[in-house]
Amino acid sequence: MTDIASSPPIDAATAPGSGQRLRTTTQIYMYVALILVAIIVVVPLISTALGGFKTLSDLRGNPFGMPTEWQWSNYGDIIVSQRYWLQMGNSLVIAVLTVFLTLAFGAMAAFCFAHIRFFGSDYLLNYFLIGLMFPAATAILPLYIRIRDLGLVDTYWGVVLPQVAFGTGMSIMLFRNYFRNLPSELFDAAFVDGCGYMRFFWHITLPLSRPIIATVGIISFVGSWNSYILPLIMLNSESRYPWPLGIMIYRGEFNTEWQLVLAFITLTILPTIIVFFLAQKHIIAGLTAGAVKS
Amino acid sequence: MSMSDTTMPGRTFAAAKPRAAPQRRKRSLKHSKWPVLLLFLPPALMLFTVLVILPMGEAAWYSFYNWNGYGVPEQWVGWRNYQLIFRNGAFSQALINNGMIVVASILIQVPLALWLATMISSRIHGALFFRLIFFLPYVLADVAAGMIWRFVYDGDFGLVGGIAHLFGAEPPYWLADRDTAMYAILGVVIWKYFGFHMMLFIAGLQSIDKSVLEAADIDGATGFQKFRLVTLPLLGSTVRLSVFFAVVGSLQLFDMIMPLTGGGPSNSTQTMVTFLYNFGVTRMQVGFGSAVGVVLFVICVTLAFSYKRIFMRHD
Repeated sequence: MTDIASSPPIDAATAPGSGQRLRTTTQIYMYVALILVAIIVVVPLISTALGGFKTLSDLRGNPFGMPTEWQWSNYGDIIVSQRYWLQMGNSLVIAVLTVFLTLAFGAMAAFCFAHIRFFGSDYLLNYFLIGLMFPAATAILPLYIRIRDLGLVDTYWGVVLPQVAFGTGMSIMLFRNYFRNLPSELFDAAFVDGCGYMRFFWHITLPLSRPIIATVGIISFVGSWNSYILPLIMLNSESRYPWPLGIMIYRGEFNTEWQLVLAFITLTILPTIIVFFLAQKHIIAGLTAGAVKS
Repeated sequence: MSMSDTTMPGRTFAAAKPRAAPQRRKRSLKHSKWPVLLLFLPPALMLFTVLVILPMGEAAWYSFYNWNGYGVPEQWVGWRNYQLIFRNGAFSQALINNGMIVVASILIQVPLALWLATMISSRIHGALFFRLIFFLPYVLADVAAGMIWRFVYDGDFGLVGGIAHLFGAEPPYWLADRDTAMYAILGVVIWKYFGFHMMLFIAGLQSIDKSVLEAADIDGATGFQKFRLVTLPLLGSTVRLSVFFAVVGSLQLFDMIMPLTGGGPSNSTQTMVTFLYNFGVTRMQVGFGSAVGVVLFVICVTLAFSYKRIFMRHD
């Protein structure tokens, strides 16, 4: 900044020079602002990860800095514990089943809405879209009773099926819009060649739909992986708990030992962070574009 | 409403095709259409009906009973559950809190997100890096974010306590104080969601025609004038969308509250969903909880419809 301020006045007086100067100083302000916001975002996360390496008394005196003595055992004990891997596994099974069914059911129904005229199709589509308007929590008690009567309480399916049901509206909406924008010549050509609906779906529509499959898949995976209220209500056995529920239980058990809770949080969000950095482009695009379009 | 709008092109598309197509193909289409309908529609339709629509209808039915969830609901109480809801101080607090989240979003989150989006969109170095960092909290689970901030706000072991310690002040316990707890939660909500809203604005900014801004340049508009008179009006639809997501998100807020305060202290941080959980689910008051669900449903649908009709008519 001082360099710019002390630059010869003759340069600053000319139009391009002053434009340049403005751009540089505003750029500095911009960077200061952006870095400040970035610090506010990142500091809680880094302190959580570092806090997991501290002793409780170290945490009390020094919540920000590096650990005075690195307590690797905080993390080590959790990594070798069965509960951590069990919870990760539970979350993964529930998320994979949810994603698969949301994609399959959504794409199949959307295909009908995109390509076939049938009696009441517009009404039926709007019927599915009602599901976009209210959260699963509104009907959670009758939903629980239904799942209980179906004998699915405390099973993965008791979480998966409601998640799929509440994801159907979003899935149908995104798939249908995408299918309709595929060139209709494909459809015409396939029918001239005697291709039926099923084969058209399998061999032409689906292979062309990778981007939207990725979008719907990412939305439903992130939603399921992070979900809390449905597992909280549908599951009783700790051996079936997914990790968000596991954090709460862990915190309840070790409520006087923040350093262990911090290590546990860090390890449970680590997979999300790694996957996010690896596939950031797709995840950001999927989550925002998907939200806008539905 | 955008939903019925979006079905319109489908109608014309599907209706136009057979007309343009030769007669022979129209017949073959007709022949093969039922098997695919009977195979492809029922899975989604059945699951959606049984687990989304029926429970909502049952909630309306149960809401007139006093029932613990076992056997058959028998004790008809009429509108009493609804009267109890609206007489309950915790529920009015929940309504206020849900409103506060929307207001904070409009006053703080939308301007912040827009400001960051304009900076990141202005071709600076490291734009991708900042985008990545700002979006990161959005992909974390609400429960994890809530737990992390419970640590941050902790007066004894957390960052806020540490900062107070640096200045030699008494550590504050924001989450334990009913006057500050809700504001502390608003901070976490903004921390977690501003990146998502920022991405909406970045997408909105990308869709603005560059020639309009160049024309403003030629007319000698300053950077701020360009923003106020050109960019901002063109981003109207994105602002309305952003506020819409804030409203919807506020009505669902639950996961984040549970690790932070659980709705306390003395119900000062209840939202409608935590109220439903704390007063309906944990006490297995199926009738009362269902009535809360019905109220929440009516609020959600009314807001979604009227917001879309009033503000997003042309988007």
